[in-house]
Amino acid sequence: MTQDKFSDRKNHIIAAVVIIGVLYVARLFYLQVIDTSYKVSANRNVLRYETQYPQRGLIYDRNGNLLVYNEIVYDLMVIPVQVEDPDTTELCLVLGIDKTGFEQRILNAKKYSSMLPSVFEKQISKETFAYIEEKLYKYKGFFIQPRTLRKYPKAVGAHLLGYVGEVTHSDIDKDSYYKQGDYIGVSGLENTYEVELRGIKGLKIKMVDVHNRYVGMFEDGKYDTPAIGGSNLYTGIDIELQEYGERLMRNKLGSIVAIEPQTGAILCFVSSPTYDPNLLVGRVRGKNFKELSTNKYKPLLNRVTQGQYPPGSTFKMANSSVALQLNVINSNTMFSCQGVASSPIRCTHSHATPLNIYTAIQQSCNPFQYQAFRAVLNNKDYKTVKERYDVWRFHIMSLGFGKAFNTDIAYEKSGNVPTSDYFDKMYGKDRWNSLTIRSLSIGQGEILATPLQLVNYAAIVANNGFYYPPHIVEAVGNRYNKTRFTSQKTYTSISADNTMTMKECMTEVFEAGTARAYATSKFTQAGKTGTADNPHGKPHSTFIAFAPVEEPKIAICVVVENSGYGSTWAAPIASLMMEKYITKEISRPEIEERMLNSNLIGND
Amino acid sequence: MIKDRSIIKQIDKTIVYLYLALVLIGWFNIYASAYNSDHFSIFDISQVYGKQLLWIGGAIVIAFVILLLDHKVFNSFAILIYALSILMLILVLLTGKTISGSKSWFQIGSFALQPSELSKFCTNLALAHLLSSPNFSVKNTKHKLLALFIILLPTAFILLQNDTGSALVYSAFIIVLYRKGLPSRYIIMGLVAIFLSIMALLFDQYIIIAAIAAITLILFLFVFKLKRNTILPLLAAFIVSAGIVLSVDFVFDNVLEPHQKTRINVLLGKELDLYGAGYNVNQSKIAIGSGGFFGKGFLKGTQTKFDFVPEQSTDFIFCTIGEEWGFVGSIIVLAMFLGLIIRIIQVAERQRSEFSLLYGYGVAAILLFHVAINIGMTLGLLPVIGIPLPFFSYGGSSLWSFTILLFIFAKLDSSRLKLF
Repeated sequence: MTQDKFSDRKNHIIAAVVIIGVLYVARLFYLQVIDTSYKVSANRNVLRYETQYPQRGLIYDRNGNLLVYNEIVYDLMVIPVQVEDPDTTELCLVLGIDKTGFEQRILNAKKYSSMLPSVFEKQISKETFAYIEEKLYKYKGFFIQPRTLRKYPKAVGAHLLGYVGEVTHSDIDKDSYYKQGDYIGVSGLENTYEVELRGIKGLKIKMVDVHNRYVGMFEDGKYDTPAIGGSNLYTGIDIELQEYGERLMRNKLGSIVAIEPQTGAILCFVSSPTYDPNLLVGRVRGKNFKELSTNKYKPLLNRVTQGQYPPGSTFKMANSSVALQLNVINSNTMFSCQGVASSPIRCTHSHATPLNIYTAIQQSCNPFQYQAFRAVLNNKDYKTVKERYDVWRFHIMSLGFGKAFNTDIAYEKSGNVPTSDYFDKMYGKDRWNSLTIRSLSIGQGEILATPLQLVNYAAIVANNGFYYPPHIVEAVGNRYNKTRFTSQKTYTSISADNTMTMKECMTEVFEAGTARAYATSKFTQAGKTGTADNPHGKPHSTFIAFAPVEEPKIAICVVVENSGYGSTWAAPIASLMMEKYITKEISRPEIEERMLNSNLIGND
Repeated sequence: MIKDRSIIKQIDKTIVYLYLALVLIGWFNIYASAYNSDHFSIFDISQVYGKQLLWIGGAIVIAFVILLLDHKVFNSFAILIYALSILMLILVLLTGKTISGSKSWFQIGSFALQPSELSKFCTNLALAHLLSSPNFSVKNTKHKLLALFIILLPTAFILLQNDTGSALVYSAFIIVLYRKGLPSRYIIMGLVAIFLSIMALLFDQYIIIAAIAAITLILFLFVFKLKRNTILPLLAAFIVSAGIVLSVDFVFDNVLEPHQKTRINVLLGKELDLYGAGYNVNQSKIAIGSGGFFGKGFLKGTQTKFDFVPEQSTDFIFCTIGEEWGFVGSIIVLAMFLGLIIRIIQVAERQRSEFSLLYGYGVAAILLFHVAINIGMTLGLLPVIGIPLPFFSYGGSSLWSFTILLFIFAKLDSSRLKLF
C-alpha cells in the first residue's frame, strides 16, 4: 500500500491515548495517594468495633463475704436494616408484646440507626433468654448481648455501697472513657472508686459485608484488645454487724456508724430508713428511684455523713478535755450545780454538788461544762476573748469536728464549729463572751456534728488521743494493696493523759451514769449519752461508745432522730451492736426485743 | 498449527504477551473480587473464577483457530459476517433473554451469549472492507453515508435492546473514519458539541446561549476584524450551538430515563444520592481510593470481597486492582492497556493492506473506548455506562469477542508480507 497523506494522524490518535493515560494516572494519584478519606470510608463500611465490657470489680467485707457481685443478664438487640418480616408472633409472645408494640420498637431503633444495633428488650430473664436463644436463628437482625448487673447477696449497705446508673452527657464530656449507654457509679463506693471498679474496656474489630453480616475478624484479631476487669475492693465492713444494725434501726430514723479504733476502718454504716440496693439495679431502677426519692422519710439521704446534729451531751468530753489541756481546770476542780435551778445553764436532773469532772460527765451535768468553758474563755494566757475562743476551737477541730475527713466516703458534710468571726458578726466585735455563747459548752447552739465525726471522737478516746480518718475501703485489687487512708495516723492536740481521763469518765457512764442499765458482765463498755434539742420535735437520742475499755475493738455512734433521751434508744442499740461485734451473740434478748419491735416513725 | 510454524514466528509477540498477561491478571482479580472461602480453589467451576478459566480456555482455542484460518477470508467474507451479526441482533430482539433490563442475551443451556459483543468485530470487518475498497472516497457523500449506515445499523438494534452502553461503543469507529481521512472539523465539532452539552447540563441554557453570542461577537469584532464574508458562517455556528444547547435540555428532560438523568446529575455533582445512583460510583471510588499507594494486598480488599462494590467481577473489576494493588498496580494495568492500544496502532501502520490497517484502527478504537469509559466510570470521571473492561471483566461473550477482534488483527498482521 502506498503511503497515504493521512498517516500523520496516527500521531494525533496516539497523543489522545497518552492524554487519557495521563489524566487517569493523575486521577488515580489523587484518589489513592492524596485523598486519604477513602481509607476511612472503606473502614467505616467494613469494620465494626465491638466494645468488650469488663467485669466491674467486686466488693468484699472484712471477712471475705461478698457485698456486691455481678450477674449476667441479656439484652435482646436489633439491627433494623436486617430485620425481615417473618412470623413475629412467637417472639412477641415470649416478650409479652403485641404486633404494634413490636413495630413501635423497630421504629424507635430506626430513629437511632438502621445499620447499628439498638436495644430491643432490656435485661431479659435467664429463662426467656434460654427460650429465645433457641429460636433466634429465625429472626434475622436480632441478637443477644450479654451484660452484667450489680447484685447484692445480703441486700444491705445501700448507702455505703451506692448504686450504678447510666452515664449522663456531662459524664461523657468529662471523661472520654464513657460512651452513650455505659454505666457509671453514681453514689457511695461505686462512685468514689469508679475508676478502680470499672476496669478497662476491650475492643474486638469485626468485619461485615454489605448486608452487615459478620464475615470474620479484622486481621485475625491482631488489633483486638481484651477487656480487663475492674479491681476488687476489700472493705473493713462487717456484713453481719451491718445487717444487725439495719434490723435494729428498722422503723426508726437515724444512723449507726461503727469503726475499728486502731485502724479507722468502718465496721458498719447504717442510715435508716434504708432500702434494698437491688431495687436500684437494672430495668426496675427508674421506677424505684422515683418512689424512693419522693418518700417522706428520705430513704436516699445518707444520715451518717449528711445528717448534721447538735452533738448535745456527747460533746461534753471534748469540751472538758480542752479545759484540762489548757490547765484552766484539773481533774480535781469542783464546780457547783443547783440542779434545775442552775443559771445561766440549767441541769436537767438533780445530783450531788459540787462535783468534779468524773461525776460531772457521769451525771451529764450542764453547769459544770459551762464553768469549764468559762474558764477557757477567761484564760489569762491570752489577751482577748476572741483569741481564747480560737484556741478552744483549734482543739475542738483537732478532735475531728467541723471538717470533713475527705477519705473515701461520698458526700460528707463537714458539720460546724463556728468561728470567732462569726460571733463578731453576730454580736459585734468584743461584745460576746462565754456567757453569750454558753450553749456551745453542752454541744448545743451553732455547733453541728455528723455521726461520723462523733464516732471518730469515740475512737479518739478509745485510742487515748489519736485516730485514723474513718474510711471504708482497706485495700484495692488485692488484700495487701492498702489504701493511703489506712496509714494516716493523726494525733489530736489533747494529750494522752487528758484523753485517758475522758475514758475514765465515759467508763463511769456505764458504771453509775446514764447508761448503767446497759452494762453487762460479758465485756466492759464506755460511752456517753446525748439528748440533742431539736426545734422540729422531740430531741435526737444520741450515744457514742467504745468497748471493751481495756482494749477497744469497736467505737460506735448511734443517732435515733426525734426519739427522746439518749439513754432510752441510742444507748441500748449501741450496746447491743458492740456485744454483737465482740461476743458474736446477744446475751440480753429482752433489750434486743424492745429495740427490734419499736416503731418510732411518726411518733411526734 | 504444526504445519505452519511461520504463523507463530510472524505473529506480533508484544500483542500476544500483553493479551495473555491481561487475561491472567483479570482472572486473578475475578478470583479476588468474588473470593469465597467455602470455594477457595481458583479452579472451582461452581464459582465465577472457575467459569472464567473455562472461558479463557475457550478463548485460547478460538485464537488458535483464527490463526489457522486463511487471512483472506476476513476481507472476503466481511460483509457476510456482518450480515450474520445483524441477523443475530434481530433474533435476540425476538427471542432473547432480558438480563438487568437489557434484552441482549441468548440463553443456551446455562450459558448466556451476547450478540452485541460479537457484532463489534463484525462491524469492524465490514467497515474496514468498505473503506478499503479501491473506489471508496471520504469526499463522496454517498460513500460517507454508506459507512455511517454500516456503523449505525447495529447501533440501532442494540439501542432497541435497551443496552445504551454497548451502543455507544460504536461511536468509537469515528477514529477509523478519521484515520481514513474524515476532515478534522467533524472531530472538532463533535468535541465542541460534547463540551456545549455538558455546559448546558451544568448551567442555565439562556446563560450559555448568551455566552455563545458574546463569544461570536468578540470573534467577529476582534479576530475576523468585521470582515463581511465571515458574518454568515459565524451566524450559522451561533445558531447550531444554540440549537445544541436547547436540544440537550430538551433531550435531558423529555427523552432520558430517570435513572440515566440521575447518573448524569451525580457525575456532574448536581446530586449526591449515595444510596441510589451515586452508590456504585461512591463505593467504587472508596474501593480504589482506600487502596493507597501499594494496595491492601491480594485477597485483602474488603470493598469488593464483601460486596460493597456492585458488579465487582464484571463492570467494576478495576476496583479490585485499585483496592488490592493500589496506585502502583493500577498504573501498571492502565499502562498495559494503553500500551496494547498504542502497539496495535503501530502494528496497523506497518500493514501493506489498507483493510488490515483500518481493521487495526477499529480494534484500537474499540479497546480504547472500552478502557477509557470503563476505568473513567470507576474513577468517577465518566457516567456509569455498563460496558466491560476488555479481557478483565468476567463473562464469556465479552472475552471471546475481544479475543476474536484482536486475533483477527494478529492474523492479518502475521500475513502482512504475503501478497494479496
